[in-house]
Amino acid sequence: MQQSNTYIITFSIILTVVLGLLLSGTSQVLGPLQKKAEELDAKKQILGAVLDADQLKALKPEEILSFYESRISSKVVDIEGKEVTQNPDGSPMVAEKVNVGKNYKMAPESRLYPIYVYHTEGKPESVESYILPVYGAGLWDEIWGYVALQTDLSTIEGVTFSHKGETPGLGARITSPDVQQRYQGKQIFDESGNLQSVSMQKGEGKDYSEDSHKVDGLSGATITAVGVNNMLKNYLQYYSSFLSSQKSGQQTEVVAVN
Amino acid sequence: MSTETTISEIKKPAEALLSKRRKKLVTDPLIDSNPITIQVLGICSALAVTTQMQPTLIMAISVIFVIVLSNFVISLMRNTIPSRVRIIVQLAVVATLVTLVSELLKAFAYDMYKELSVFVGLIITNCIVMGRLEAFALGNKPYDSILDGFGSALGYSWIILAVAFFRELFGSGSVFGVPVFDTLAGFIGDDFSFATNGLMVTPVGAFIILGLIIWVQRTKTGYVEH
Repeated sequence: MQQSNTYIITFSIILTVVLGLLLSGTSQVLGPLQKKAEELDAKKQILGAVLDADQLKALKPEEILSFYESRISSKVVDIEGKEVTQNPDGSPMVAEKVNVGKNYKMAPESRLYPIYVYHTEGKPESVESYILPVYGAGLWDEIWGYVALQTDLSTIEGVTFSHKGETPGLGARITSPDVQQRYQGKQIFDESGNLQSVSMQKGEGKDYSEDSHKVDGLSGATITAVGVNNMLKNYLQYYSSFLSSQKSGQQTEVVAVN
Repeated sequence: MSTETTISEIKKPAEALLSKRRKKLVTDPLIDSNPITIQVLGICSALAVTTQMQPTLIMAISVIFVIVLSNFVISLMRNTIPSRVRIIVQLAVVATLVTLVSELLKAFAYDMYKELSVFVGLIITNCIVMGRLEAFALGNKPYDSILDGFGSALGYSWIILAVAFFRELFGSGSVFGVPVFDTLAGFIGDDFSFATNGLMVTPVGAFIILGLIIWVQRTKTGYVEH
């Protein structure tokens, strides 16, 4: 049956409008839920740097949010390690709202660097570890993560990595707890205080427990591993002024106490 | 009793809700005209998502949802769809449904949304969906179309789940994330261990498993391509 052009056009327009309304309606309804899910996911990742995967799994969504509320305080610094408290438009700066991925597109000097401080419950001034977001490129798409440093600002307490499109079973293994545990206890600075970062080696199955700057690699995912290495090295470099200012701050505190 | 007979005299007796013909609509695609192993459609997603059971299950559920609903919607509209733009209309309906699935996953199962990410979107291009719309829903009543879509989707689902089972078992040594071989080692003794096969987590592993399944199936049914 051959329909007239008018019929076809009318049909198409009605179909488009109906489907469009349906989709935008769903998006409106589900929007808040999705935002919550994203926020929860981000907080889970931040906490993943300091908590064990099992510990984190045992927490319910509300518990994660309240745990985050009571244990994490955040601030934003610039490349020189100075705290940034205001957005350009004058509104207060919130670290959780800083999109590290968007900042990645700017020059390193003009980026904002959020810092999450993991503190003892009820004592916001105490520090158990500093959690630093990192961001970079994997094989197929972006990769990102969080590195938690102990109070000596060199020993890694824990890391968590995420990715958008790494190969399942190969590069995507950076999200598995087994791989992330390899970073625990490694040092990012060498004895003379130079930034060494921690790098994954090529090949898998070797023991690097003696070397504090190397971890076992990912077999079949060398490019993702190189991406992780670059991401860590770059971002630890960007945070190094903050870290050194923090370090000297600690020393003066010690002097003052003595 | 008497009223019922009079009605059936006027009208043809309605086909039973699950008559033999309708049952065949569901069961045929499981083995005899399986979309993956016989028609060899939807291979791309069968290779891509099947490294582990859990995402595969979510993928299977999503595909069932999309095929059944799109078959239903297209079948409802079948007499109004202008034949010259029918492919675009089908595509629009399928794309809408897929976007719905993706949005729902994002809101209620964010972890799965992250894991499946692009593959949910790729259901749009899954040849099985469009194939069923063109071949069946455009010319059949809504209820039959639902059954047909359900059958095809089940045929797709059990194959990808079977592939995922073997790939996860031999590639990661686990099933649904439960480390099978490590648990076995706990019973048998520490000497028992299993080296996972890296080939299984690559698409090549999926090809091999799929090939084996097709081989076994065709040997049993005696199906030959003409």
